[in-house]
Amino acid sequence: MTTFVLMTITGMGLAALYFLVASGLSLIFGLMHVLNFAHAAFLTLGGYTAWLVAGASGSFLLGIVVGMLVAAALGAATETGLLRRMHGDHVPQVLLTVGLLLAFTALVRAIFGSDARPMPTPAWMNQVIRVLDAPIPNSRFVLIAAAIAVWVVMTIFLTRTRYGLIVRAGVENRPMVTALGIDVRRAFTLVFALGAGLAALAGSLVAAVQGAVSPEQGMTLLIFAFIVVIIGGLGSFHGSALAALLVGLLQEYTNFYAMVGMGDLVVVLLLAGVLLTRPQGLLGRRLV
Amino acid sequence: MSDQLLEVSDLNVVLGESHVLHDVTFGVRSGGVTALLGRNGVGKTTTMRGLLGLAPRTGTVRLAGEDVSTLLTHEIVKRGVGFVPEDREVFAGLTVQENLKLAERRGSAHHYDRVYELFPRLRERRGQRAGTLSGGEQQMLALARGLLNDNRLLLVDEPSQGLAPYLVTEFTEVLAQVTDLVTVLLVEQNLTVVRRLARDAVVLDQGRVAWTGAAADLLSDEQVTRGLLGVGVAAANQEGTS
Repeated sequence: MTTFVLMTITGMGLAALYFLVASGLSLIFGLMHVLNFAHAAFLTLGGYTAWLVAGASGSFLLGIVVGMLVAAALGAATETGLLRRMHGDHVPQVLLTVGLLLAFTALVRAIFGSDARPMPTPAWMNQVIRVLDAPIPNSRFVLIAAAIAVWVVMTIFLTRTRYGLIVRAGVENRPMVTALGIDVRRAFTLVFALGAGLAALAGSLVAAVQGAVSPEQGMTLLIFAFIVVIIGGLGSFHGSALAALLVGLLQEYTNFYAMVGMGDLVVVLLLAGVLLTRPQGLLGRRLV
Repeated sequence: MSDQLLEVSDLNVVLGESHVLHDVTFGVRSGGVTALLGRNGVGKTTTMRGLLGLAPRTGTVRLAGEDVSTLLTHEIVKRGVGFVPEDREVFAGLTVQENLKLAERRGSAHHYDRVYELFPRLRERRGQRAGTLSGGEQQMLALARGLLNDNRLLLVDEPSQGLAPYLVTEFTEVLAQVTDLVTVLLVEQNLTVVRRLARDAVVLDQGRVAWTGAAADLLSDEQVTRGLLGVGVAAANQEGTS
């Protein structure tokens, strides 16, 4: 029982991380139809900014906030300065985001080196709390709390604000939104900035959990985030939450109860199963 | 000063390999309804979408004398153009109220009283998701979005398509009521509706303007209606009395 509780809460922590990365990705694809590989760059940016700011100020929280703001600002600049010029040309947009990811990773490596740098996280994050006798690191609860907070705030944003309404409508039928007199490009910028900010949040938290930042941290998470987005349904925010929970728990249980490393394979099999039986994803809309 | 609210000159639309519209030129007078007619596939819907910039186009589009050809769709709409598309295109995941809220345009009054008076059923169903409405109710919502703001021009694309006859009559009467408020460019296949509403008519044939003039003249000309619309005057009249 103790092991099961430990695996469940650790799996939920992993799911929280996937959700933080995937929710932004999903909204960006749903609204803008861009598979944003540069998302991983914002994740890495968040991690390194938090590392720098926390190292200089001694405040990890300040590092997270600054990382999110820097990533959101850079995300907005990327959308308005680069992606907007290729509006509607999906292949060049994808190539651009891949290029940005590769260039950013190389830049980080050139400035900070290839080695992982230790992340100055507060001591309490590494302490454990016993839940039904299972020792759970506080960092897992931080991840889960952050994901729940993001889910609540984003749900309020999507359902109670005009921009949220525009985003939901834009995911369904973007041309019709413009035919109502709405400049949907502003929503693009907002969603891209939000997504970058959430990726940065995930970047600083994953660095805290792993105790270090490294140039490739974003890329590893991005693959699973894409899997979560596809399983949940492209463009579905709540679908991302559900899929993240499924993937995180499945991965953790399989790695422990079956064989270490098999969790990744099972997740890929789950992806294949969903694509074969419900190609639009768990909560996505049927495209045809 | 010209009484033309909308002037379209040499409108061309190419979609992929297909050259859909060829130098389409016509005008829409202020007030009343101008019907845009033609057989299936002649480019009526493409004309509507081209006017709004929803389809890539060349040519000149003037709205109340202002050249709007180079403007983006939302900029054209903000100048007082409402759009009621073919197939309604309501946002299925949003409630009726959210669909209307989304249509609220800054700088315009929002006439909820008007739309709820015209379509009381929308008031009853305002908390319901638009995707769960019947086809007729979705059409009401699509038209309500177009009537919510102060518009100068309303582009209405096949409002009677797929509706039961009693609903077609209801929509026709609603459109007849609103023509005092807004000029309407109407794409319609149902000649009963055209006869009831339209003052002027433009007929397209194979992506070109084939006929323009008074709707009454068109509908009394056996040769033209049969040749361009595929319906004889007698059949059109019969349709009108059925």
